[in-house]
Amino acid sequence: MELCRLTIAEARALLARREISAVELTRACLDRIAELERRLNAFITVCAREAIAQAEVADKRLEQGGAPALCGIPLAIKDIYATRGVRTTCASKILEKFVPPHDATSIAKLRAVGAVFVGKANMDEFAMGSSTENSAFGATRNPYDLQRVAGGSSGGSAAAVAADECLAALGTDTGGSIREPASFCGVVGIKPTYSRVSRYGVIAYASSLDQVGPFAKSVRDAAIVLRELAGIDPRDSTCSARPVPDYERALTGDVKGMRIGVPREYFVEGMEAEVEGAVRAALRHYETMGARTVEISLPHTDYAIAAYYLIATAEASANLARYDGIRYGLRVPADNNIELYNRTRDTGFGAEVKRRIMLGTFALSAGYYDAYYLKAQKVRTLIRRDFERAFETCDIIATPTAPTTAFKIGEKTADPLQMYLSDIFTISVNLAGLPGLSMPCGYDSHGMPIGLQIVGAPFGEEAILRAADAYERSGAIARRPPAI
Amino acid sequence: MEPATEKYEAVIGLEVHTHLLTRSKLFCGCAAAFGAGPNENVCPVCMGMPGVLPVLNRRAVELAIRMGLAAHCSISEYSIFDRKSYFYPDLPKGYQISQYETPLCKGGYIDIATSGGARRVRLVRIHMEEDAGKNIHQDGTSLVDFNRSGVPLVEIVSEPDIRSAEEAGAYLRELRNILRYVGASEGRMEEGNFRCDVNVSVRPKGATEFGTKTEIKNLNSFRFVEKAIAYEVARQIETLAAGGRIPQETHLWDPDREETRPMRSKEFANDYRYFPEPDLPPLRVPAELIERIRTAMPELPADRRARFVRDFALSDYEAALLTEEREVADYFEAMLAAGLGNRKTAANWVMTEVLRVVNETGSPLADAVPPPAETGRLLKMVEEATLSLNAAKTAFAAMCKSGGTAAATVGELGLVQVSDEGAIATACDKVIESEAANVAEYRAGRDKLFGFFVGKVMKLMGGKANPKIINEILKRKLAG
Repeated sequence: MELCRLTIAEARALLARREISAVELTRACLDRIAELERRLNAFITVCAREAIAQAEVADKRLEQGGAPALCGIPLAIKDIYATRGVRTTCASKILEKFVPPHDATSIAKLRAVGAVFVGKANMDEFAMGSSTENSAFGATRNPYDLQRVAGGSSGGSAAAVAADECLAALGTDTGGSIREPASFCGVVGIKPTYSRVSRYGVIAYASSLDQVGPFAKSVRDAAIVLRELAGIDPRDSTCSARPVPDYERALTGDVKGMRIGVPREYFVEGMEAEVEGAVRAALRHYETMGARTVEISLPHTDYAIAAYYLIATAEASANLARYDGIRYGLRVPADNNIELYNRTRDTGFGAEVKRRIMLGTFALSAGYYDAYYLKAQKVRTLIRRDFERAFETCDIIATPTAPTTAFKIGEKTADPLQMYLSDIFTISVNLAGLPGLSMPCGYDSHGMPIGLQIVGAPFGEEAILRAADAYERSGAIARRPPAI
Repeated sequence: MEPATEKYEAVIGLEVHTHLLTRSKLFCGCAAAFGAGPNENVCPVCMGMPGVLPVLNRRAVELAIRMGLAAHCSISEYSIFDRKSYFYPDLPKGYQISQYETPLCKGGYIDIATSGGARRVRLVRIHMEEDAGKNIHQDGTSLVDFNRSGVPLVEIVSEPDIRSAEEAGAYLRELRNILRYVGASEGRMEEGNFRCDVNVSVRPKGATEFGTKTEIKNLNSFRFVEKAIAYEVARQIETLAAGGRIPQETHLWDPDREETRPMRSKEFANDYRYFPEPDLPPLRVPAELIERIRTAMPELPADRRARFVRDFALSDYEAALLTEEREVADYFEAMLAAGLGNRKTAANWVMTEVLRVVNETGSPLADAVPPPAETGRLLKMVEEATLSLNAAKTAFAAMCKSGGTAAATVGELGLVQVSDEGAIATACDKVIESEAANVAEYRAGRDKLFGFFVGKVMKLMGGKANPKIINEILKRKLAG
């Protein structure tokens, strides 16, 4: 038995019965990382020593019995979460040597339940990208095909889970950064409702869109991790005080009578036929399980990408202003402040980050605010209303996660607009603040995974997890682990 | 010909920034106190570490509302915070969290007294924001102290209703008094917790349009504000009168040369790119909270001044002096509570003795002088004639140093005034007996000698006799 291939649900039972130890489990993951990393590049920093120490502590807790579900479970953490004492780069040269004095709330919560952190996962710099090619530490490769991207921005987290370098991982999703790489790497990824999980200590890209969420090998595992993350945080004023349900208990396997909305605007030109085929097949499968599909309309879908690239970049232009070379991070000295800022930021930021900072700065400039930022916020309201109206006639919405499967490394780097279209199905969900997940629903002729996106109403995590789990357990598709 | 200054009038608006008196900062739990060592009161939030988020200090909101109510503003039940972006080493996030389009308090006014009579200065708004850190330049390097970063501020923006340097000074003093009265701020310019920017323009008298304004910064005392305005108004009038133009500029006040100088345009050419702060939900202030704060508001300086004139028969000047500081006025009223009948005596005592000690020691009132009840008891002895006014001053000085009670101090120093008529009569008899020649002269019409006899009796009584009684008895006996 290769321990690193276990799901959390399986490992938790074995750990509780002391048939395996957290140290053994962690070592299995670390061995796997050592074996694969040169090819995959899923991690920016591997924390072998710290992980073993955490596993030893977890074993003591497990020994006493009654340990929490994630005690001793090895996780990968996207390098966007501040981890006290462990370098946190956000995949940027500007934070290459930055060691935070603080833990993100999600990290603190996972530490408290005894989770083990095997390393900091690769990503697009400052979460800006859809392929993890915008990392100052090199692209992450897709475990199904090393010539292809893992998706992004949380590509390292997705690849690490797919390749069994950890049991689950944390990512963040601003426009699809959990769901798209989950789709490309054939794993489960969930972006909860905006405000469901604290953002404290998660390096901000676009504050009104960023949300924390897990990657896992199964829907159940995703539910287990999400339960630990969700809930009120006195350090995040935008975090919801709503009680957190036991998501695992929502996994009844029953979707009878569930109304699945299928937006007509989401089956567009440019979508790969195999992707559409797999999603349509999944929908038919749901019907055989007793769910009903209903056609819905989300009429403002076309404006989502434009609105997103104004709002997200505007917020980013302010969020990234703190990387100025004064207090921490890279500093390129100069004779005066202005020159110091210029040189530091010119050297420290990559091309896509600079592009988005400039876009956002422009969108907020005097005289342009109304035409761009304000207009985009109005579009955002219209998009949110589209979904509100749609949820009057359906319980969940199902769509492809991305129009294509994982593309070749370098294929879209020269054309940012093509790259932006990778998020065409996921971005609206962030603008509306809704929960969404991606799960595998088939493989294309190259053997690349295809993702099914399921979107819920606000705080509808239980419904989308139940629907996804039911599909997963029905055996509609045979999971094919990567051959790596 | 009329001089140029008579043809023009100044149009002045002030922007005052003042720290709110909270224990912790606006968006984190760090101490907001002044005076700690460099970068002692900092945390990841006020240092702008990656990923941190602001959490609004409720107390700061309440204090800002208090100030708003004191200035007759309308309090917004819904307001939002905005990001104001600019790069500066003391600004850790690269933006300041402020309020732009929806301030917490709108409108309002401050009434001021000037040599030309009462004037009303209307307010545009009062909004909340966080302070930045402080750059320190020494030995050729620059350092930043972030203790002040995130300390809560309100910015109080006046309409351009002010017409002279004198009015500006009166406005600032009244504003500071109000802030201190409502406990919103200490209003100390020297500690940098009360700062003022001035917008000045001039226009021909009678004109309704505004001239081009100059903004003056770096004004850290009331005196500088007044001097800078006077300088700038004169400069602008001179320029216009000579046919020149006033460019829209930001000037810095140079206190050494006592003049304003334009800043390099690079230093203020900012596009702040305001947009709503996504990390903070809109600030909703329920009407009940506003009412609760309104009900708990202390009496304001203007109201107290009027009451002192009305109820205590004090002059406008006395009332103004006594109410300038809330603690002084409180002290005065607490003294009266000790049962003093003569309010003028109490008022004079506070204005002379109490304020003198406070000024001399430089300590806060409560540390410098005895508790008001003790001072009240001391003055009560003067009123009841068991203590002379001079003896009371001696006792008061001793009490300030020792912290002793009025009764104990007067006793220890043997200052009690003798009003025993028998003892005084005996002393008078002795003096009359030993000064027979002088008595004869007095009785022959040399009235001036009366004071001489009083002095002799007082000397015999060790200086403690009640002079009024000496006068009475001596007069009677000499007449006999």
